[in-house]
Amino acid sequence: MLKQRETAGAREDSAETRELTYAQAIREALQLAMNRDERVFMLGEDIGVYGGAFGVSDGLIDQFGAERIRDTPISEAAIAGAAIGSAMTGMRPIAEIQFMDFITLSMEQLVLQGAKIRFMFGGKATVPLVLRTPAGSGTGAAAQHSESLEAWFVHVPGLKVVMPSTPYDAKGLLLAAIEDDNPVIFVEHKLLYRTKGHVPEGYYTVPLSQSDIKREGTDLSVIATSIMVPRAIEAAEILAKKGIELEVVDPRTLKPYDATIATQSVRKTGKALVVHEAPKTGGFGAEVVAELVAGDAFDYLDAPVRRLAGLDVPIPYNRELERAAVPQVEDIVREARALVEGVY
Amino acid sequence: METKLKESGLDSATLLEALRKMHLIRLFEEKAESLYALGKIHGTMHLSIGQEASAVGSCLALQPDDYILSTHRGHGHCIGKGAEPKLMMAEFFGKEVGYCRGRGGSMHIADVAGGNLGANGIVAGGIPLSTGVGLSIQMQQQDKVCLTFFGDGAANEGAFHESLNLAAIWDLPVVYICENNQYGMSMSVERACAVQRIAQRAAAYDIPGMTVDGNDLFAVYGAVKAAVDRARTGDGPMLIESVTYRWRGHSKSDRQRYRSRDEVKEWMEKDPIARLEKALLSAEIVSEADLEQVANAARKTIEDSVAFAEAAADPDPASILEGVYA
Repeated sequence: MLKQRETAGAREDSAETRELTYAQAIREALQLAMNRDERVFMLGEDIGVYGGAFGVSDGLIDQFGAERIRDTPISEAAIAGAAIGSAMTGMRPIAEIQFMDFITLSMEQLVLQGAKIRFMFGGKATVPLVLRTPAGSGTGAAAQHSESLEAWFVHVPGLKVVMPSTPYDAKGLLLAAIEDDNPVIFVEHKLLYRTKGHVPEGYYTVPLSQSDIKREGTDLSVIATSIMVPRAIEAAEILAKKGIELEVVDPRTLKPYDATIATQSVRKTGKALVVHEAPKTGGFGAEVVAELVAGDAFDYLDAPVRRLAGLDVPIPYNRELERAAVPQVEDIVREARALVEGVY
Repeated sequence: METKLKESGLDSATLLEALRKMHLIRLFEEKAESLYALGKIHGTMHLSIGQEASAVGSCLALQPDDYILSTHRGHGHCIGKGAEPKLMMAEFFGKEVGYCRGRGGSMHIADVAGGNLGANGIVAGGIPLSTGVGLSIQMQQQDKVCLTFFGDGAANEGAFHESLNLAAIWDLPVVYICENNQYGMSMSVERACAVQRIAQRAAAYDIPGMTVDGNDLFAVYGAVKAAVDRARTGDGPMLIESVTYRWRGHSKSDRQRYRSRDEVKEWMEKDPIARLEKALLSAEIVSEADLEQVANAARKTIEDSVAFAEAAADPDPASILEGVYA
């Protein structure tokens, strides 16, 4: 029987912080989790010697061996099933689905099995599983390798959905997801893999279901997910030169979503813009807006709550069309300015 | 059948227990059917009457801490693995004391503590899971085996192919039992499968495949025991096709337009319970009186389980969200 090693509490911040990329931060979390708990292992396509399609698991096979960094055939249903079945019987798998688009081939196992097993069995089974997957456009990979499907999973009771936007969060949220006893869909963004940020050494967790204020401001709350967080911050820097101060709120965990921080922010600023990459219709942004207007923020609103999201279009190949399909910094600047200046 | 009985090495107590379980399955399902007709339970159900030897013979080859995964037609597997009929019946009634606290019902009965990782509402849904269970056993170096049941219809799902291939390349301790009961709802196996025998598909994964008479307890037990022993020693998975027949329709909505009464009658003459009883009698293991006693005891167990379930409390609506998340 594999046992979890004795370790100190959840948070062991080191005094120093280093710069790591988002990919390195994820890799470090994987290393820490596997060092800490022998039940943790990874499975997925080309994660071994190849190092993963985006290099996230680069070198891990040398450290942990082919048993724990387990290359699979191109069998997404079996990857999900193998992860869920092993999670039900004492392991803590981390599955990688190479592109989020391919998760469509795992849907039955994830949605009809993994998400429901605990409830269907009267709470008598546990499925501690993390499924990591890179999402998003911007790589020229066109319609079948660029999707952002997080809203599908938000709609499934029993699943949790996490979308980190910074290296610090990626590491801490991944460690929290691995500790969690539920199936967690962990959505990474391809364009974020090379972004850098401060990441403390050692083990720490960022609690799930806790939003974070990524930039303080007074004029408008921008509630953004994943890649849209750095884009919103960039937009904020541009607008700051014009005297407009955006507050950027990152939900980080989309399910279960806690609207407290977004609500507090909007009570302060009186205005809200919700930004995500996935297509607008039926997107997570609608949920964020609904929580604001149905809740304690309503009486504080001075303007309509707006959504800025991907167009309802498959991601096109052409560079300019691809850019036009999802919100860019200039789009956020334009929308934010219109809301703040009351020109809508 | 007598020779097979002797070859099986099963002692008379074990055989009587197997017979008792076969009776329990049939009586449980006959009772479920009549309770449904009376309007006492709702939803639907998939009855395995006629397939009892396949479920019991397979589970007979297992140790108590081995795992099974089952199907929508799963009452037999559940009883075969040792579940308590009263807790199954309570689940059928949707009661809080049922195996799944009334959340699962007939199609999702699981006895996790007893190694039954659940019936499944999705055709082939359990097959990838069982591959994961096999991986878990292997990685934890446990002396266990996972046995997964599925029907002939499931063998045409992509999940079957992905899972058997994965189990084969990793030598996982999983025994795949295809209960070929001749129809996937209305589609006959002849019309649905390109191969004559589903066991032939084992060749695609370079693992042993075998077809057995699923209405012969000894044939099922012998084949599954060999597969289980093989898996337990690390020699990898095996595919067994257990050929049987469901006497009832697919579910409660089935008007059975796709098969003849003569065909059903023909298979009812191959009744696995009657066959086992006959074998036990001719081997002089039991008397007629013994057989009657086993059947009566099983009947009483089912009657008691209904009384237990009817008297049990419904779940508290306030508890509805419990179990969605750990």
